[in-house]
Amino acid sequence: MEQTIVDVNDLSRMFASKRALDGVSFRATAGQVYGLVGANGAGKTTLLKHLLGLLRAATGSVRVFGLDPVRDPVGVLSRVGYLSEERELPEWMRIDELMAYTQAFHPTWDTSYARELLNTFALDPSKKIKELSKGMRAQAGLLVAVAHRPELLILDEPSSGLDAVVRRDILDAIVRTVADDGRTVIFSSHLLDEVERMSDHVTLMHNGRITLSGALDEVRRGYQRSRVRFVEHFDQPPSLDTALAMEGGGRTWSVVHSGSLEQFNHSVLALGGEVVESRDATLEEIFLARAGRSRQQVEAA
Amino acid sequence: MDITINVTDGVPIYRQIVNQVKYLVASGLLRPGEELPAIRTLALQLKVTPNTIVKAYHELEISGVVHKRQGSGTFVSEGRLKLALRERRRVIEQRIDALLAEAHHLNFTAEDILRMVRERKAAMDAAEPADERARALEK
Repeated sequence: MEQTIVDVNDLSRMFASKRALDGVSFRATAGQVYGLVGANGAGKTTLLKHLLGLLRAATGSVRVFGLDPVRDPVGVLSRVGYLSEERELPEWMRIDELMAYTQAFHPTWDTSYARELLNTFALDPSKKIKELSKGMRAQAGLLVAVAHRPELLILDEPSSGLDAVVRRDILDAIVRTVADDGRTVIFSSHLLDEVERMSDHVTLMHNGRITLSGALDEVRRGYQRSRVRFVEHFDQPPSLDTALAMEGGGRTWSVVHSGSLEQFNHSVLALGGEVVESRDATLEEIFLARAGRSRQQVEAA
Repeated sequence: MDITINVTDGVPIYRQIVNQVKYLVASGLLRPGEELPAIRTLALQLKVTPNTIVKAYHELEISGVVHKRQGSGTFVSEGRLKLALRERRRVIEQRIDALLAEAHHLNFTAEDILRMVRERKAAMDAAEPADERARALEK
């Protein structure tokens, strides 16, 4: 049986006159990794803050472990690990003090795991948070986010601005959370290769809405990238059914499209062209096509 | 286990793992009876979600390349796939059809493809003695 860990239903949120979340529904089940992608301001952080009870659901509902995180913060947060891009840690604390402080909130704190991470990260426990480099600060934040072996690990842009070594530490923590304990991870990232590697499910947000969501393989299967050659010369991208984004010029175009390959072939043939090559689109290509950021964009039919 | 993941060519990661394990077995770099890395180990090595490794191993098991042993790991199976001839033909013919379609688009004839298949097989066979030399050196 799939155990539901997170259940968000029709959640909307206004900030001043801006709609930060617009009818968002999202579900996460145990033992899976969920990748959240979208441009800055798409609503990823706002969604994650609702899961942590930092924001109250104005419209719609939020349940984590079946509990309302605003009404029962202790019941939810004691079972959650959280690391954000800002890595809000108490500046004046030493690392060992931060560990003791976090441990006090979490009966499930694993002392030997915490010590192992401290060694792996080569952190000096007597150092104050304010003395740490950006990478060390992220490692300290990661340590206190995972050492109590949370049932749900939430990472908001954890890799942002970090070097390869610390990014690897973060990915290792995700793998271990899922592999060792069958627990659940939700992370947001703008590094699409990271999302493609680490996610079982992917959710794409745009302007406060979820525009695409599903198992990574299912999402990927729905999109292809084809190279197309025409007899005729096109100055503007030719109009093709199911095309989401086109790049190129003249007789050769590269197209990201949805739907069946047959349908696409048909519309290319109708314009006197030929599909030279097709393959499944990468997450990055799908993301760019759906976010409408491709340089030469075509309106979807 | 020597596996490389590439997220720029659009091939799903579990399929890349399946294909590369099949290649390692076909070329003799993985031997019958040899144990594959644990799911956690390979996930940490490749930096991919553990469920992707689960999916890849499951698919390799279904196609008879590996088998699970109760209470222990995943092992390379003895001998060839235990599928009926018709089923084996069907699997290969699907691949051939896809290959021929691709070849046509890229302006290769069926003859070109036959020649290239022989060349690749020769290259694969050449990899095996090199591996055996490495094994002899280890001992």
